[in-house]
Amino acid sequence: MNKTVIKALIPLLIFLSLVILLYSGLGKDTRLLPSALIDKPIPEFNVPSLLTGKRIDNETLKGQMYLLNVWASWCPNCRIEHPIVTEFVRQNIIPVYGLNYKDEPADANAWLNQFGNPYKDILVDIDGLVGIDFGVYGAPETFLIDAQGIIRHKIVGELNPYNIQNEILPLIKKYK
Amino acid sequence: MKKLLLLPLLILTFSTSAIDIHEFETEEQRLDYQQLTEELRCLVCQNQNIADSDAGLAKDLRNEVAKLIKQGQNQIQITDYMVQRYGEFVTYSPPVGTHTIVLWVMPLLVFLIAAFVLIRGIKRNSAQANHSEDDS
Repeated sequence: MNKTVIKALIPLLIFLSLVILLYSGLGKDTRLLPSALIDKPIPEFNVPSLLTGKRIDNETLKGQMYLLNVWASWCPNCRIEHPIVTEFVRQNIIPVYGLNYKDEPADANAWLNQFGNPYKDILVDIDGLVGIDFGVYGAPETFLIDAQGIIRHKIVGELNPYNIQNEILPLIKKYK
Repeated sequence: MKKLLLLPLLILTFSTSAIDIHEFETEEQRLDYQQLTEELRCLVCQNQNIADSDAGLAKDLRNEVAKLIKQGQNQIQITDYMVQRYGEFVTYSPPVGTHTIVLWVMPLLVFLIAAFVLIRGIKRNSAQANHSEDDS
């Protein structure tokens, strides 16, 4: 090849590399962020239970694998998610705990009375500080936590039959 | 008259950035707070920093930054605190590492290539110009 041919090809090459770069970014949901806490122990906390008023801390829940579902009565998608959480609990695979995130306890209780309570217990996080320690940036979010208290997975947004089947269930099997 | 009608638009622009009041003991702490909130990304509205955002989470994170500064933590400690919880995405100035090296080196590389092409072009042009002057 002579020099002019090579020179003529340079713009084409630049164009093609741009196409590859932009194409690889297509269809990615940039709002979904990987959790920085995967394979790390859950943060320390000590909060009251919404159901009993007793204190719950990060040690209390150890010794079992469970889901921690971040929800609030002000969160419309939590309402959409609610029947799926209920169905998951009915199957009796692992317990689901709730983290009532930046909510008024009265509103939260009214919500539970209206829709039913699927949670084994519920952590109250009125000011969102436990949420910050968990890296929560919206509701709903769900963490899979193993018996040693290590966070194994996080779902941002609602639980649905698809992510339960393809993400939650295989990981439960893996870490049980 | 038309200009007068545009006036309310100007007023509206003042209310865009979030304002909440934190009292600091020293000027240094106030500056730390200002720099940190400008460098931390709001995770709900990803193209804003937490200083500018009105989102609830941004307000919580501003309060958290203020609290940590008052506890005597420095900027590096507070950035680490946020990165531990939210990942490197939370900071607008990501650390240099194997996974971010392209990000840091690329601008320099592009600059060097551009400079090289430019200098070569100038040299060739002046050589040609000299050449044609010789001809005349």
